[in-house]
Amino acid sequence: MSDTSPDSTPTSSGSTQTRHQAGWFDIRNVIGLLLLIYGVVLLVLGVFNASDDQLARADGVNANLWAGIGILAVGTFFVTWAKVRPIVVDDAQVERDKAAEENEPPAH
Amino acid sequence: MLTAADTSLRLDASAIDYLLVGLYFVFVLGIGLMARTQISSSLDFFLSGRSLPAWVTGLAFISANLGAVEIMGMSANGAEIGLPTMHYYWIGAIPAMLFLGIVMMPFYYGSKVRSVPEFMLRRFGPTAHLVNAISFAVAQVLIAGVNLYLLATIINSLLGWPIWVSTIVSAAVVLSYITLGGLSAAIYNEVLQFFIIVAALLPLTLLGLHKVGGWNGLTDKMKAAGTDGQLASWPGTDLTGFTSSFLSVVGIVLGLGFVLSFGYWTTNFVEVQRAMASKDMSSAQRAPIIGSFPKMFIPFIVIIPGMIAAVAVTELADYKKAGGKGGNIDYNDALLLLMRDLLPNGLLGVAIAGLLAAFMAGMAANISAFNTVFSYDIWQDYVRKDRPDEYYTRVGRIMTLVATVIAIGTAALASSYSNLMDYLQTLFGFFNAPLFATFILGMFWKRMTATAGWVGLVSGTAAAVTVAILSEDALGGASVGVLGLSGQGASFVAAGAAFVVDILVSVVVTGMTQPRPESELRGLVYALTPKSDFTEGESAAAHWWLSPTKLAGVSLVLVIALNFIFN
Repeated sequence: MSDTSPDSTPTSSGSTQTRHQAGWFDIRNVIGLLLLIYGVVLLVLGVFNASDDQLARADGVNANLWAGIGILAVGTFFVTWAKVRPIVVDDAQVERDKAAEENEPPAH
Repeated sequence: MLTAADTSLRLDASAIDYLLVGLYFVFVLGIGLMARTQISSSLDFFLSGRSLPAWVTGLAFISANLGAVEIMGMSANGAEIGLPTMHYYWIGAIPAMLFLGIVMMPFYYGSKVRSVPEFMLRRFGPTAHLVNAISFAVAQVLIAGVNLYLLATIINSLLGWPIWVSTIVSAAVVLSYITLGGLSAAIYNEVLQFFIIVAALLPLTLLGLHKVGGWNGLTDKMKAAGTDGQLASWPGTDLTGFTSSFLSVVGIVLGLGFVLSFGYWTTNFVEVQRAMASKDMSSAQRAPIIGSFPKMFIPFIVIIPGMIAAVAVTELADYKKAGGKGGNIDYNDALLLLMRDLLPNGLLGVAIAGLLAAFMAGMAANISAFNTVFSYDIWQDYVRKDRPDEYYTRVGRIMTLVATVIAIGTAALASSYSNLMDYLQTLFGFFNAPLFATFILGMFWKRMTATAGWVGLVSGTAAAVTVAILSEDALGGASVGVLGLSGQGASFVAAGAAFVVDILVSVVVTGMTQPRPESELRGLVYALTPKSDFTEGESAAAHWWLSPTKLAGVSLVLVIALNFIFN
């Protein structure tokens, strides 16, 4: 059970066999996705569920609407960041690093 | 059984709020499953394969500390004593985090040790190592239990689940994502948690400020309540319990700012482990420094809401006026009361998710640090040497389970003896102060001997415990009150005594014992470490924000400015 790393699929750019993007393994996409979902839910609530009772709690401010917009913006930032500067995993390099780590003399 | 949790805290959560909370847990467990596919060696499991970028480890660095005790405790302090609470961040965290990044990280990361106790082993040998590893492991499991108990009481008061159900459910969630994904899962969840907690607390703070009429409204209301003295962070006599302003400032700067915080932030493996998971020296150094930026602004969304709650929530304002007595609430409920009053359904769900996330992350941080120290420092070094790597990964997974079970037991204990738990935490704090003295002396003084290492540690801790016992209330009933010290002031003096005694004893013992040969100390002592280890992070820096020292300088200037603005 030595190797459980994801399969090395060639990217669309067609570079070497062992390089691929981290995609959903990239934490920025995970953060971005959760924030986008939260943002959309709050935005919808802010638009369609802004009853007087709900608004009164925050002294008339439509808290869901504004928070929804803010959270959507941050979520979009993360997804865009991951898109523009993707992490490229080079499996061959990872294996070499790992081998180097294991061949080092024991720590003590 | 349904405990008599008072229903005034019950939040008006609706289906949509539960949906948002549920979604968060789907993500948490998803991260665990995802991280599992990337684990192929014990180094992956325990140190994330040393592969994470600096912004991830930097955020995890502060999130690991942003647990139940922190959020509830600091907003409660905000409600009770106001702005002086800021010192826990600006004086009690930032300088130490910068020091860790600039001065100590080159030793930790450069020597390739896998844990803080392992550094102890290589510098001072087995006795000091065992003292450190065992006291750390015990402290972590017990603190995980305290976090778990707090988490369960919050779920109980928010959602009405019985304490034992909430304890087991939350323990099960933490257990599953750590056993699946190891440190990577813990760190990724800490980063995710950071953004959710900000998404919850920032709107809460803004809505609260809107409610009281902005900052001016808050100061006016505090003046009306006669508590406007709490709007100045210095000299903080309410915090230290000292009557003299001068001594109070000295106590905060030396006690909190130097001994206690340096002890905590630079030697506590829960924090340092996050930075050690970085991909290179520069990232490891920058992790705590990057963390210092959000850290200096977190109090604005934790302490300020507490202060707002103390004037805007009627029950809490009455409670404070009565001098912190009466009613069926206390300062710890400040944040929850404000959420109850201000947040509409939807945002309420985000806030509940954020709080639960923070509490679980706190516990997960304790457990992931525990399983590393147990597997590497106790099991591999003293019980079963030279097994294949997979063996230790398996030990780590089993110990995660064992630690969780012990934490559930501790949580049950904490529910019957809550004061005992507070005192235990104070006591663990006393292990950190001498640890810092021993580390810093050992890193810069190559003559310091192995015997001096452990004797200094033990006598320093003994000095702290002695001062605490002689004080009025630092250890509750066990304190005899010979010294007129109480509250935080007593802790500051105890930690200071630990530091001084540790240094003195170490120097004396070194004079009487043989130093280790220099060849064994390479990379562990400043004079015997290649200078390139210290400049590596600098030379690779193409921009100022990639250079650890320049980034730390910016952070320092900012935090000094904050002290002047909120003086």
